[in-house]
Amino acid sequence: MNFDLSDDAKTLRDAARRFLSAEAGPAVARRAMEAEAPYDADLWAKVVAQGWPAARVPERYGGLGLGTDEACVLAEELGRSLAPVPLLSTMAAIEALLLAGSDEQQARFLPRLASGDVVGCLAWAEGSNTPSANPATVLRDGRLFGRKAPVPDGRSAALAVVTVATPDGPAMAIAELAQASVTPVDTLDLVRRSAEIAFDGTPAEALGTPSHWTTLVERLAVLHAWEALGTAAAAMEMTLAYAKERQAFGLRIGRYQAVKHRLADMYIKAELARAHALHGCWAWGSNAPELPQAAAAARVASLDALRFAAEESVQLHGGIGFTWEHDCHLYYRRARQIAAALGSRNHWADRLVRALELRNRAAA
Amino acid sequence: MDFNDTPAEAEFRAKVRAWIEANAQEYLEPPAEPWGLDEFVARSKAWQKKKYDAGYAGLTWPKDVGGQGLSPMHQIIFNQEESRTYVPTGLYAIGLGMCIPTVFTHGTPEIIRRYVPKALEGVEVWCQLFSEPVAGSDLASIRTRAVRDGDDWVITGQKVWTSFAHRSDFGIIITRTDFDAPKHKGLTMFIVDMKAPGVEARPIRQMSGSSDFNEVFFTDVRVPDSHRLGAVGDGWKVALTTLMHERLAVGGKPRHAPGWRALMELARGIEADGTPALERADVRLRIADTYIADEGIKLTQMRALSALSKGAIPGPEQSISKVVVARTMQEMSAFALELAEAGGLVVEKGSPIERLQQAYMGAAGLRIAGGTDEILRNIIAERVLGLPGDLRPDKDIPFSQIRPL
Repeated sequence: MNFDLSDDAKTLRDAARRFLSAEAGPAVARRAMEAEAPYDADLWAKVVAQGWPAARVPERYGGLGLGTDEACVLAEELGRSLAPVPLLSTMAAIEALLLAGSDEQQARFLPRLASGDVVGCLAWAEGSNTPSANPATVLRDGRLFGRKAPVPDGRSAALAVVTVATPDGPAMAIAELAQASVTPVDTLDLVRRSAEIAFDGTPAEALGTPSHWTTLVERLAVLHAWEALGTAAAAMEMTLAYAKERQAFGLRIGRYQAVKHRLADMYIKAELARAHALHGCWAWGSNAPELPQAAAAARVASLDALRFAAEESVQLHGGIGFTWEHDCHLYYRRARQIAAALGSRNHWADRLVRALELRNRAAA
Repeated sequence: MDFNDTPAEAEFRAKVRAWIEANAQEYLEPPAEPWGLDEFVARSKAWQKKKYDAGYAGLTWPKDVGGQGLSPMHQIIFNQEESRTYVPTGLYAIGLGMCIPTVFTHGTPEIIRRYVPKALEGVEVWCQLFSEPVAGSDLASIRTRAVRDGDDWVITGQKVWTSFAHRSDFGIIITRTDFDAPKHKGLTMFIVDMKAPGVEARPIRQMSGSSDFNEVFFTDVRVPDSHRLGAVGDGWKVALTTLMHERLAVGGKPRHAPGWRALMELARGIEADGTPALERADVRLRIADTYIADEGIKLTQMRALSALSKGAIPGPEQSISKVVVARTMQEMSAFALELAEAGGLVVEKGSPIERLQQAYMGAAGLRIAGGTDEILRNIIAERVLGLPGDLRPDKDIPFSQIRPL
């Protein structure tokens, strides 16, 4: 039994945490929030220099050929630091190509994504659809027609993986964004910016089949679960530090059970989520048939942990936590972004039960 | 990452599995009728003796006291294989899980030689005499008195929630030997003979209807000083050894307790207003929540096993186990009983509903046993997260002078 991250992944995690605590963090996120540019180009250049966009890309395409453990720890540290760079979106495009791209497509797109020259994004949302419902966007004769919003990092990206309707459910296409119309969309998350992308005959090509999309969403559910773990941990650690220092009625507030039990609950939810996220990482990395249930559980558990940490961190800080100047709202807002990024909790809870039903049927 | 045994672990598991299959034939299915207490005790003793004779008792204990000198991983593999069956093991959970480790850690060589092998063989059953009517979560405020008299101590007082006291041969008992010392400093631990004159165990009927517990009265019970565990006044330190083992023992979901599968099964068979209950969004959400809690704990335990398998110490995440499992069991079973509408109220022996009813009744106790939800949250907050302890105004004053604020 070896249900743990690889030693290499742990080394990468520690290095990433050191790097991002020096180069990113709430102050840097705030600077990005006030800026006009959709991401921090200086920080992106440093992240590219670390080789992180290349992490999962095979060596023959200019990448490092690392495993899912490494992808997951990078997502966790990005989540922890709120780093205003389009790395997770670029990783999503890379995963789509790794899963569904032909050799020729991989050879054409992966080197540009690995080098950081091109930022990728994932355009699936059209308002209130779920990832498993057919979108309105279509691919006809090599051209895309439709409208996607909100698309995280849409303004930063030059390349988009786009979901399109097919008779067998949603499938993917890949398109350069030079011939699409990209406009900013205001969202609750002020740090990771989103866009609306309108396709009116934008040249594009099909990427895999509908079942590839289903699997990609599951893999990305795992990736975002790790991101959520990181963000939840940052909110919790900030609150823990405050509870150890803030005084009321002659005691540090961390002595009061109403406060300490809330923090214990944050820890409990975070550890449950971590166990499922680890399981998801294993299922993704080993192409296990358990991926649908493991990914869904990781998604649901991590959204629960993140929402609880984000909400209760404001509550436990009291009035100061509700101010613009305090960092609580960065996490509170990011929790909304992660919850919206890939299908809601309800969607994934239902998906989890469906996966369990299918597994039970297969076992019977 | 993988969930596979190492080759050595796999070899041990295969050996254990073959032995259990050969020796636990009659326990592959749950008993048709619940056993009475006498039959339970007799079957438990027979199974423990079988394990002892085959070299599967006390796997992690040193060979010279009747153990096998193996690693925690061996014990876990054995437990996993054993729990695939319905063999009775509960009689020894406290004795071998908590009392004997305490005897082993704090007893003299003579005491260890006298008691540990017999306990491992299952010949002698042990109980833990800690809680009192006035001291539950706040164990250090116990009042059972031990007074020195020559080479003996004389014990007077009352213990409660003592599992299997009426079927036990020996117990470890925490007493107060100095009422003028601060509460944690005046305690001393002893081994007491449960058959000695002056010991009286009376079963307590629990709200679930069964009687696993007792209250135990001690009236001038004499214990030789040689049966003291640890120094006079060091009883708290000794008790912490026991409690540490208790938290390891009272961990995951009770064996064979219903979980998400039971809820899914029930929902499949129920139709409400023409729609199968399994299609209802609230039912699906509850199945998902139950899965996340129970499987999350199982996976968390696998993280600990991975550490043990590598010879490392498991992380603190294990501490979330009971607090999640007990509450989930209560919430899931209440939901399931309500899903059955009025039928959830009707007791029908051996039905799936009855299992859920038992889970619901049992969960209320599980949230208290071995550390309440509240105490466990304190432990997580203080020991794992490093938050300051509760304010304890009685901590440093003589026990005899404590007055509630």
